[in-house]
Amino acid sequence: MTAIDPGTAGENKLSSNAPGWERYKQAEHFRTQEDEFDACTQGFWLFLATEVLLFAGLFCFYAIYRLKYPEAFANGSHYLDPFYGGLNTVVLLVSSFTVAMAIRCAQINNQRWLNINLVITLICAFLFFFIKLTFEYIPKLSQGKAPGAFFSYPYAHDPHEPLWWSMYYMATGVHALHVLIGASLLGFVLFRSVTKQAYGPKHFTLLENAGLYWHLVDLIWIFLFPLLYLIH
Amino acid sequence: MSSNHDHDHDDGHHDEGSYLTPRGTLFETVLSWVYTIDHKKIGVMYLTAVLTMFFLGGVSALAVRLELLEPNRIDSVLTIDPTTGAESIETIEKGSFFKSIGLADNLAEANIVYNRAFTLHGAIMVFMVIVPGIPATLGNFMLPLMLGAKDVAFPRLNLLSWYIYVFGSLLAILVILYMGVETGWTFYTPYSTTGDISQWRTTVMVASVFVIGFSSILTGLNFIVTVHKLRAPGMGWFDMPLFIWAIYATSIIQVLATPVIGITLLLLMFERIFHIGIFDPGMGGDPVLYQHFFWFYSHPVVYVMILPAFGVINELIPVHARKHIFGYNAMAFASLGIAAVSFMVWGHHMFASMGEIAAAVFSALTFLVAIPTAVKIFNWVATLYKGSIAFNTPMLYALSFIFIFLIGGLTGLPLATLATDLHLHDSYFIVAHFHYVMMGGTIIALTGGLHHWWPKMFGRMYNEPVGLLGGSFVFIGFNVTFFTQFFLGTQGMPRRYASYVDEFQTLHIISTVGSWLLLIGFLIHLFNFLFSLVAGPKAPPNPWGGLSLEWETESPPTAHNFHHEPLVTHGPYDFDRVLPPHCDPEDFPLPDKPLDH
Repeated sequence: MTAIDPGTAGENKLSSNAPGWERYKQAEHFRTQEDEFDACTQGFWLFLATEVLLFAGLFCFYAIYRLKYPEAFANGSHYLDPFYGGLNTVVLLVSSFTVAMAIRCAQINNQRWLNINLVITLICAFLFFFIKLTFEYIPKLSQGKAPGAFFSYPYAHDPHEPLWWSMYYMATGVHALHVLIGASLLGFVLFRSVTKQAYGPKHFTLLENAGLYWHLVDLIWIFLFPLLYLIH
Repeated sequence: MSSNHDHDHDDGHHDEGSYLTPRGTLFETVLSWVYTIDHKKIGVMYLTAVLTMFFLGGVSALAVRLELLEPNRIDSVLTIDPTTGAESIETIEKGSFFKSIGLADNLAEANIVYNRAFTLHGAIMVFMVIVPGIPATLGNFMLPLMLGAKDVAFPRLNLLSWYIYVFGSLLAILVILYMGVETGWTFYTPYSTTGDISQWRTTVMVASVFVIGFSSILTGLNFIVTVHKLRAPGMGWFDMPLFIWAIYATSIIQVLATPVIGITLLLLMFERIFHIGIFDPGMGGDPVLYQHFFWFYSHPVVYVMILPAFGVINELIPVHARKHIFGYNAMAFASLGIAAVSFMVWGHHMFASMGEIAAAVFSALTFLVAIPTAVKIFNWVATLYKGSIAFNTPMLYALSFIFIFLIGGLTGLPLATLATDLHLHDSYFIVAHFHYVMMGGTIIALTGGLHHWWPKMFGRMYNEPVGLLGGSFVFIGFNVTFFTQFFLGTQGMPRRYASYVDEFQTLHIISTVGSWLLLIGFLIHLFNFLFSLVAGPKAPPNPWGGLSLEWETESPPTAHNFHHEPLVTHGPYDFDRVLPPHCDPEDFPLPDKPLDH
């Protein structure tokens, strides 16, 4: 999609000083720029559907073993601190807001605030990782609360707690990988925006889709947070 | 179909040449293929890759059949030394093809080689041949042409999916050939999680299938958007050729089902590497959960394999019988109906490991699949009725398809029935059934479609009598190989065994001889195609009198598909009221009175 197909193919040479979004021309198999935008956005929504289905497998993992071993799962969620989970939720919600503002800034051609909003979003992504690693993964792993066969926590209440930790690390780990991908995508968008002013009122396809991806990452966390931290 | 045919006297446009015209030096030409974003070139590249895989998978199938030619025997021979009178008992192991050609030293090793051979066969044929077989080859080439578009919606993504496919396939084949994978193509736990746990081979194999899945998702996504956004002016949803409908339904399944196998294989890799316990009963996990996850993808994917085949037959029959397809809307909705039902039947692979009520529900849902499928069979037969049938290779394949697929479909019903399935599952009956639908469905349709569109793709005609000869060999060889396996299955021959009791040998010999007939048939086709590429007569733009848009452009098409954007003014099957483009009206005359449809 747009991530791979940023559409630099047909830039015309009429005014080399004009910002990138004004010089942009659609790929030649599309009739208009709007057609290309619609196609890219539809393709991206389909891609997001595949992401949701990927996580559906992990939610199945959660549902099945929660039904099978309710004690272990209720117990497991007591090990997690809702404060740090909640903090990360706030961080992601703020970043979702700033990425939406970035798209709005592109539409009204406010290049300065477009870049500032993207930078804030990237800072939030970094904060998310920082909190996740320093206050959650590293302390837990050092106590032996590790997945599956590596579990060595001596005070476990339930023999099936290793499965809970497997689920926890798989779900949050795959989510963290998506945060990383989304942040890289937004970093690429920021780079193009700063160097070429690539996004403006007439052309902001890649920005829009990177924003959609970031919202999905946020949305999955919105489901993971209560399931893992809040339900006992 | 359009008001602006690309007539040969249309000067000034012919300089660009066809998509096959070499560009500059040999090196530049190679580069122009390696970096191409032209859907036609990518389609041809996919075709080359898929046919190479088909060859590899076919060779391993022949090896499997050769191993089964004779049951393994261990004879004890008592020898008495005539001078000393000492007695010694010598055991002689006989009957293994793999042992006789030196791939194994004894029967135990030969059994392992056998397991690797059928894993190689199954994994290659499913993931690398049949799934991408029609959509990525004929679909890639024909979909934009039939829609009147210049390319697919995301051409670079299309090229990327080819590279992903090739990379994943090479990785999988290297792993099986050099290290050996014995799990079968389904990677069932606990075979795949407990065996050779210190080895990386199963993990790498699973990872390569995971990678190939991305290629499938990207192709499906690309086609869905292309169908939505790039139809030619005047082409509504119900003016599309039915091949497009089939590819569209296929793409929906690819996009919705493949991510689930992605996460399943990821969990399997983590189970192997980190031992997370999800599929390990020792830690409270459930190995059958893997089967549920796996078939939630793989059963819909069975329809990814067969729906495009239906689409090809939907083109072959009306064009070569010169008659409007019977029940266009029913055909289109049957494709979507099959796609919808496909997501609700995965449990029939695990009847024995679920409760009675769940099994009965899955059984009933499985029967539902028969309805849209039967609609299609009836419609094809009704299309042939009173048609003006040309008996050429594509038509031979279309008729073969109806015959074979009918048997394949009907033998699915006893497998969907709980009581009979308990006796038939994991027997040769299953093997015969899915070869009748997978090979007899998809491969037969692919070969038929390849003959139908060969002149369009490469601008050369193939030799018709040779094509008919090859098609006959394939049809007879196929039935000889696999019909016998229905008998083997009902008599109790289990699948995936390298040996068997002596009573089964006659049927196994017949089946193995059938596999040789199949080989001869495909070799005839191969030589026919190669000869056509080198010295075949030049193909006219519309050799069959087709009405869909791909027949409006030249053979082979120009780099941009059409000289002008086509305008659609009639349906793809209006053979009774529209003269086909680029054709002599005497070759394809209109009937006195249009049919009422």
